[in-house]
Amino acid sequence: MRSPFGVALALATALTISFLLLPILAIFLDIPPGRLLDGMNDPAAVDALIVTLKTTLIANLVILLIGTPAAYLIGSRSFRTRSLLVTAIELPLVLPPAVAGIGLLAAFGRNGLLGGTLDVLGLSIPFTQLAVVLAIMFVASPFYLRAAVSAFESVDPALTGAARTLGAGPARTFFRVALPLASGGLGAGWALSFARGIGEFGATIMFAGSLQGVTQTLSLAVYEQFDVDFDVALAIGAELVAVSAFLLLAVKLVPSWTRSNSQSTTLFAPFGSR
Amino acid sequence: MDTLELTVDHPLRSFRLSVAEELGRETLALVGPSGAGKSSVLRAIAGLLRPERGRIALGSHVWLDTEAGIDLAPERRSVGLVFQEYALFPHLDVRRNVAFGGRERVDELLERFRISHLAQARPAGLSGGERQRVALARAVARDPAVLLLDEPLSALDAHTRNVVRGELAELLAELRLPTLLVTHDFDDAAALADRVGVIVDGRILQLGPAAELLAAPADAFVASFTGANLLHGTARPGAGGLTEVVLDGGGSMYSADGGEGRVGLAVYPWEVSLARAESLDSAVNHVRGEVRSVVVLGNRVRVRVGPLTAEITTGSAERLELREGDSVVASFKATASRLVPLG
Repeated sequence: MRSPFGVALALATALTISFLLLPILAIFLDIPPGRLLDGMNDPAAVDALIVTLKTTLIANLVILLIGTPAAYLIGSRSFRTRSLLVTAIELPLVLPPAVAGIGLLAAFGRNGLLGGTLDVLGLSIPFTQLAVVLAIMFVASPFYLRAAVSAFESVDPALTGAARTLGAGPARTFFRVALPLASGGLGAGWALSFARGIGEFGATIMFAGSLQGVTQTLSLAVYEQFDVDFDVALAIGAELVAVSAFLLLAVKLVPSWTRSNSQSTTLFAPFGSR
Repeated sequence: MDTLELTVDHPLRSFRLSVAEELGRETLALVGPSGAGKSSVLRAIAGLLRPERGRIALGSHVWLDTEAGIDLAPERRSVGLVFQEYALFPHLDVRRNVAFGGRERVDELLERFRISHLAQARPAGLSGGERQRVALARAVARDPAVLLLDEPLSALDAHTRNVVRGELAELLAELRLPTLLVTHDFDDAAALADRVGVIVDGRILQLGPAAELLAAPADAFVASFTGANLLHGTARPGAGGLTEVVLDGGGSMYSADGGEGRVGLAVYPWEVSLARAESLDSAVNHVRGEVRSVVVLGNRVRVRVGPLTAEITTGSAERLELREGDSVVASFKATASRLVPLG
């Protein structure tokens, strides 16, 4: 029969799970589904969704297009300042969002470091959609970069060397060998970075403000609406839960795709273990 | 005919790699213990390692000349490099692996290397011998002017190794390319190469046909690396014009070679004969000792007696009814032993 200790364990587990799931379920159960759908159709919610989709798409495209080659360089060469560079990439990860916001203002704001230069070019970044994109890129890209650097690090240098001796130039070696072999790690890192970008709040509200239809993303709209219309806030919350759950699932599935794809368990094993 | 000229001078962890060699249409094996700098030579030729100083040229085509500032990228050097663990692309099937080197002759090569039936398979599903054939096919697909083989047999189990060694010898004879092969196994080198260079700590100690290295090892390391018994001792003139070597472990041996002072006395296992009792034969050197081990290798048996290893036929071993612990006499002629300087 069950010992008191076994009962205690089961109780602790039940408490943990229900505590974590209750607020998430509450978003969907607090009001009837009809009102939830109505909330999603509220102009504020629709605007926030459009702003979020637009800024997230642009920010992630830039992260992938510029971050991937940068991570390849850092991950596949050895040079003296390498660990310093990796640390620099990791710094924004541990930075409080408010500090990220003030930093972005100090760099790109009217009176910031680059403010004068941008002024001459007729550019004013704060409180625009570009500011939202920059805030997302600043807080989210380190997640991708860190994963991408280690994904490229674990590509066996013998394989890229083999590609070179078989007549492939550096670009073909990257696209045909390094990129496919790192794809699992890149995908997982990108999903994390995407999730961080979607949830971005602190840096955005300081650097871009919360103007409906311009800089108000879903995360900002939840905060704004809970004073105005609680139903709309819940509806936006539900949208964010759906996106997050989908991402989490994707992260869990990505490594197993690559494994079944390559039929190789050694694909991501560290070089030294072979 | 294009000759590969090669001068490489490069610092490695605890020594300098310093090699200068010329290769015609032949197979040269560099053989030495791991960490001797063998693989670095291959990497330098392929362009994967830039030596501090050096010149590498194929005929009039200069690949590397550090003084003239020439350093061609790996893809611009006509080499086929077979990596130690084969480095097959795990995300591509066999056909695509081979086609990576060159698309024109893929079917012909799959056929030639007997891997047509594996065309759709991924490397992870292949045996060691199959992987080796795919790696060779891929390297040859580029139609290289120079072939580089890094420990081509070390990833294989003993049985596959013998079969593959024969296949590889045939392939090399057929291609007749300047081929540089690197191995830690002297037997592999002797079976595959026209010339063998023993390399230690970045320097080639001795270079020549395998038979020459066996007949006249330059020093104690080459002798023991090529498989000789090596007995340390002090040489002095002995009776009958022979050299007497007073062994460190006690007793004396005689050699027809000249020598004085500290020497190594080298005798190959196949020069050592065994008997139950000392007999009046022509051999001068006799060691009575206990049989410490008996290992059967196909039609031969290796028997450890005292400080010596003897290699005799299976038939002889059966006739002598050798068992561990038996007392036997190992003999070899003074003319069969070499005196070599200790390294």
